[in-house]
Amino acid sequence: MAEPGIVFWILAVVTVASAVMVVTLKNIFHCALALILCLFSVAGIYILLNAEFLAAAQVLIYVGAVAILMIFAIMLTSNLASKAIRQSNEQVMVGTVVSVLFCGGMLALIYLTDKAIVSEETGVAFWRQVRGTLPADNVASLGGYLMTKFMLPFEVVSVLLLAAMIGAIVLARKEKA
Amino acid sequence: MNLIPIVAVELQPIFAWIYRWLEGLGLQGTLLTVVVYAGLGVMVFGVLAVLALFLVWWERKIAGHMQQRFGPMRNGWHGWYQTMMDGLKLLQKEDVLVDTRDKVVFFWAPVICFVAAFLAYVVMPFGDGLIVADLNVGILYIMAVTTFTVISLLMAGWGSNNKYALLGGMRSAAQVVSYEVPMVASILTVILFTGSLSMVDIVESQSGLVFNWFVFRLPFGPVAFMIYITAATAEANRTPFDIPEAEQELVAGFNVEYSGMKFAMFFLAEFVNMFTVSAIAVTLFFGGWQGWEFIPSWIWFLGKTFMVVLLLMLFRWTYPRLRVDQLMEFAWKILIPIAFVNLIVAGWMKYAGWYW
Amino acid sequence: MTEYLAVLIFIFAGIGIVLFTFLLSRLLRPINPYHEKNINYECAENPIGTSWVKFNNRFYIFALIFVIFDVEVVFLFPWAVVFGQLGLYALVEMVIFIGILFFGIFYAWRKGALKWV
Repeated sequence: MAEPGIVFWILAVVTVASAVMVVTLKNIFHCALALILCLFSVAGIYILLNAEFLAAAQVLIYVGAVAILMIFAIMLTSNLASKAIRQSNEQVMVGTVVSVLFCGGMLALIYLTDKAIVSEETGVAFWRQVRGTLPADNVASLGGYLMTKFMLPFEVVSVLLLAAMIGAIVLARKEKA
Repeated sequence: MNLIPIVAVELQPIFAWIYRWLEGLGLQGTLLTVVVYAGLGVMVFGVLAVLALFLVWWERKIAGHMQQRFGPMRNGWHGWYQTMMDGLKLLQKEDVLVDTRDKVVFFWAPVICFVAAFLAYVVMPFGDGLIVADLNVGILYIMAVTTFTVISLLMAGWGSNNKYALLGGMRSAAQVVSYEVPMVASILTVILFTGSLSMVDIVESQSGLVFNWFVFRLPFGPVAFMIYITAATAEANRTPFDIPEAEQELVAGFNVEYSGMKFAMFFLAEFVNMFTVSAIAVTLFFGGWQGWEFIPSWIWFLGKTFMVVLLLMLFRWTYPRLRVDQLMEFAWKILIPIAFVNLIVAGWMKYAGWYW
Repeated sequence: MTEYLAVLIFIFAGIGIVLFTFLLSRLLRPINPYHEKNINYECAENPIGTSWVKFNNRFYIFALIFVIFDVEVVFLFPWAVVFGQLGLYALVEMVIFIGILFFGIFYAWRKGALKWV
């Protein structure tokens, strides 16, 4: 693509704007929808990084499953949906400080990484160097790694998922009783 | 008649010609790509609109004849332009807006519903080389973008602020997510043999004789296809899985408050989705656009897809609707175990080489 | 990479086409709203309260189980793609993976979490 910059900026603006909407909108259902938009544009950024499988998985899991779970959870809360909710509490100042610090830390990290990479290559933006380091057919190589080098983590994931499922069922049954 | 040369000629040279013409206009690089894709988008929309109009008419005719009626007969030969008239009528209908609706959500739900259905056609291989973009993650991409349909139905239910609509949207979401797991498991059975997620690779790995089609890959091919077609019927919200819009209990489900063009978008998306799931079935199990050379590949594709669509239509007018509890328990207790056992059997057969 | 531009453009083209038809119908259709017409449809009754009420939690349980299975099938995609090159080893791993999760679904079944009623 000749102009990944434009696409990147569109996606970045959409991501950040929708993320801000998630924490500021008054209607909790609108917050969930803004979160879906945010996750979807993050998937777009994954594609810019050549991680197409990750992008598809992001949409399939976060939009297709987690977001629906969240909407169902909203439906579970009694009448919270109809009321405008307060999005902040007395800890708003602490939260601001922490998030500004975190943001600054991330920016510093990106800046330093950028320096380290730009010294070798001629590219402009920090994320362009990351492109091309992934193999072209990333699904196959991902599968290869999962099945051989990272076999144990892969099997542990299934145990984790099992624990999550049993936990969910136990909690849900307790709620019913 | 002019029809014969149009049908006989392959479409690819036309696209190549248009591309060269655009280049001649002085468009370059990214801009050319953007213009080409936008043009293809409009073209795909045109094709889908015509297909949906045809499918609605066809469904009404089939329903009519199965119930010993004629179906639409008034507009043209056997009512062939009845659905166009319906479309024009919907265009002129007043948009009744409920006062208590959630304005933003109500407005965007039909848009997202249609765009989600539309996006699947980026990777749909209509014919040999007739594909908008052959993505590496093709089939996974389709599974991912079509999940937005569920979101849009939930949005429609919520935005209407109507009890029937919200219940319809919730049921629809619960149903679609439940049937997505067996659907993906049956798709994985095919991917085991292609070793690629790209739609073109999937089609090309079934080249040659009819017996290379995955549906004939005994013993797991037919099972995978049956699981797929069951789950696909549920994904497209069609009878016997049309609980979300069950007329008798939920009037029209999620779209009860929609009228005019907004309703038309849901209706269009529903038929586009039906065509999508059939086209995926053809791509995965029936060799896609492959067939005898003397018929253009896109006619093979459309013909095969219409056969699968016909199957879905016969389902609809043959079987009664399932109850909500039967529907969910069928997905989780029967379909999912069978689908995964089938997947493992297919894996073993692939390893042992016990297949054609 | 360029192929994915098609997805982005299709998103905008799709939205544009839909909005265009909305605009077209806006120019053609009558506009005559009044209060009675704009009441929620509820079989000729005036609706009582909002429809945004608490729902049954069985929807939630199914969605939870679905999330877990969705994550599982996403892991199965790379497996299916490379299976041809890896052979029996990968098959055994996957049988273990699916088996562990099936223990979960049988647990849910035994505890009645898969029952809708």
